[in-house]
Amino acid sequence: MSDSEDVLATAAAWRAAGEPVALATVVETWGSSPRPAGSRLAVSATGKLAGSVSGGCIEGAVADAAQQTMRTGSPQLLDFGISDERAWEVGLACGGKLKVFVEKLA
Amino acid sequence: MTPALLAALQAAQAAKRPVALLTRLSDGEQCLWPDAALPGALAEAAEAALRDDAAANLTLDGEAWFVHPHNPPLRLIVVGAVHIAQALVPMAQTTGFAVTVVDPRRAWATADRFPGITLIHEWTDDAMRALAPDARTAVVTLTHDPKLDDPALDIALRSPCFYIGALGSRRTHAKRVARLAEMGHGEAAMARIRAPVGLDIAAVTAPEIALSILAEVVAARRGAALARRAAPAPAAAA
Repeated sequence: MSDSEDVLATAAAWRAAGEPVALATVVETWGSSPRPAGSRLAVSATGKLAGSVSGGCIEGAVADAAQQTMRTGSPQLLDFGISDERAWEVGLACGGKLKVFVEKLA
Repeated sequence: MTPALLAALQAAQAAKRPVALLTRLSDGEQCLWPDAALPGALAEAAEAALRDDAAANLTLDGEAWFVHPHNPPLRLIVVGAVHIAQALVPMAQTTGFAVTVVDPRRAWATADRFPGITLIHEWTDDAMRALAPDARTAVVTLTHDPKLDDPALDIALRSPCFYIGALGSRRTHAKRVARLAEMGHGEAAMARIRAPVGLDIAAVTAPEIALSILAEVVAARRGAALARRAAPAPAAAA
């Protein structure tokens, strides 16, 4: 089982157990991003996390966005990069840039 | 992601069927290829993403799409249900490989020693023929017994598998090369066999040897410089 498949299975299991779940997927990277495009992070409404979209630098910010997407149902495309003040706040120290797509698991 | 799409994606994965997930980033609209008919450019991007096993971005009619390949796991065929195999199999599983162990010696290839692993007890050439190694398969022979290793290597060398490793010292390997030459394999084929198997990390214990093998398999898969071996010295008296 690939790690991406594993995260999907975990997310599906949470959803089947009745918890709202959002999926975050790295869709584009520039520079020294630790996880390639296609890497996934699943987030549940109670705050469970599976997988990763970075080396841990932006997971907190992505999890916050995921909670919002669970409530609204609307997907989001998040930008993280060194030119982005928010990225400094969440500590993307590696100097990479990436885009993360966040969607609700309906 | 809709429940129907998630179910279809998981069904494809369970059936080991390659599919690409396409997502329109403006609104999250999604579909699976080749299940859904798609405009040419999207279908081509999906096919390329699966072939290269790499995600891609595409802009079509002003809309950004993310193309996410979902290939079945890489396969690892381990010939020889030996102690090193017991260390290698769980490591390889954790790394994402679908693992099969081949050993006709039923006392070795037991569910006790390899819990939850597909075990094949046929003779190694029959087993290898049935498993049909492809370009997403690695083959490692560990029996140290020519009667078992050689037929498996013979089939592996006739396949497009991306990694062939054989346990044994340089001296053992020189004898093996001579036997495989008698079976009709030339120098180019022989150069595909990594022996002594594994990256040279001076491994001693079974788990250390397993680690060196798995590291070399990954290096070969990813095209790392570490995976390139110097051409073997011309055959001298071994």
